Amino acid sequence: MSSHVDKVWATLEHLTDPEIPVVTLRELGILRDVRETADGLEVVITPTYSGCPAMGQIEDDVRASLEQAGIAARVITQLAPAWTTDWMSEEAKEKLRKYGIAPPHQTPKDVSVVKFMRRAPEVVACPQCGSTHTVVTSQFGSTACKALYKCLDCQEPFDYFKPY
Amino acid sequence: MKAPVEYLLHLADNAVVLGQRDAEWCGHGPILEEDLALANVSLDLIGQARLLYQLAAARLGGDATEDKLAYFRDDTEFRNYTLLELPNHGPLVGYAASDRDYATTIVRNFLYSALMVLVWDALEKSADADLAAIAAKSLKEARYHLHHAADWVVKFGDGTEESHARAQAALDHLLPYTEEFWTPSAAEDTAVAAGATVDIRTLRAAWDALVADTLAQATLKRPEVRGYVPEGKHGRHSEHLSYLLAEMQGLARTHPNGIW
Repeated sequence: MSSHVDKVWATLEHLTDPEIPVVTLRELGILRDVRETADGLEVVITPTYSGCPAMGQIEDDVRASLEQAGIAARVITQLAPAWTTDWMSEEAKEKLRKYGIAPPHQTPKDVSVVKFMRRAPEVVACPQCGSTHTVVTSQFGSTACKALYKCLDCQEPFDYFKPY
Repeated sequence: MKAPVEYLLHLADNAVVLGQRDAEWCGHGPILEEDLALANVSLDLIGQARLLYQLAAARLGGDATEDKLAYFRDDTEFRNYTLLELPNHGPLVGYAASDRDYATTIVRNFLYSALMVLVWDALEKSADADLAAIAAKSLKEARYHLHHAADWVVKFGDGTEESHARAQAALDHLLPYTEEFWTPSAAEDTAVAAGATVDIRTLRAAWDALVADTLAQATLKRPEVRGYVPEGKHGRHSEHLSYLLAEMQGLARTHPNGIW
């Protein structure tokens, strides 16, 4: 890996998700790649949800950081392979939990479309007290990527980052 | 091979029109959680529409942009299913003042997302790599939309007398419009021939099974359907689309090229 590429990674390392400021873009798997091409440096990012309003902000943040560091690089948005919560590092999941958001479970692997609906609701541990005695209150929370849950033991409502 | 632009527009128009209808609940949801849920579903749909319009614009070339496709085409140029443009209430004329009916919204989202999990799943294997990439993302979102809508169909159908009656009325009103799903348009035929999509009729049995499963849990009765098959995807729409577009496109057309 060239020193230019290293420098870009280092420059972008501090960038966090605009809506979940405890995890970095790299940890979330949004910052996919930095590469050197014949036409110069390229930074590859991938969108999370199709309509995620944070994506515009994220792209702006990446550009601004590069500019501030005096690095000339193109920012490329790439759709495939589609972003998945499985790319989140364990470190990032732990940070989410400490922040009060239950981290995503592994995405179900062998589930066909039709069977998907018959799946039992996921058992999600409360990020506050660890109890699995929890109940879903809504499939969509404050953002599309989260569901609303309530802990029946400590009574705290909490967000669950849905597997995507 | 690449999907024809007409087919991309069909998918994009479906998403943007339903996104607009679902967004009408923003600030008016029956409960706070549902207000947020519908806004999030709408955001996903508009996001999917944007990806598809961007792809269509790139393929059209020239001065085509996603905004031009969304805001500067007229009603007869839209290729969405008629089902998706209908108001969030029962059969009334487009300008009728009426309370919104959440059962109508939920049943429509259910019927459409049950179709789209199957369509996106098939398109994930499309020979059109750009379309396959959009499908892979959209499938993940459509699954949550279906999950959400199906949950509520069951709650309404298997709920109180009032909620059951309203869910059944919504189903009786909307189900006939789904007949349009199963009669391929020329754009769909071209896309199938290019290996960019599957013949939609091959998805019908799986769709019927998804619908039957939820309706059984909801104790709702599937109405018998025959007669007129709507032709929204051919550009022949109900009057409701014109009102919807007037609201959606008004600002962009009053201030062309405006930035804010």
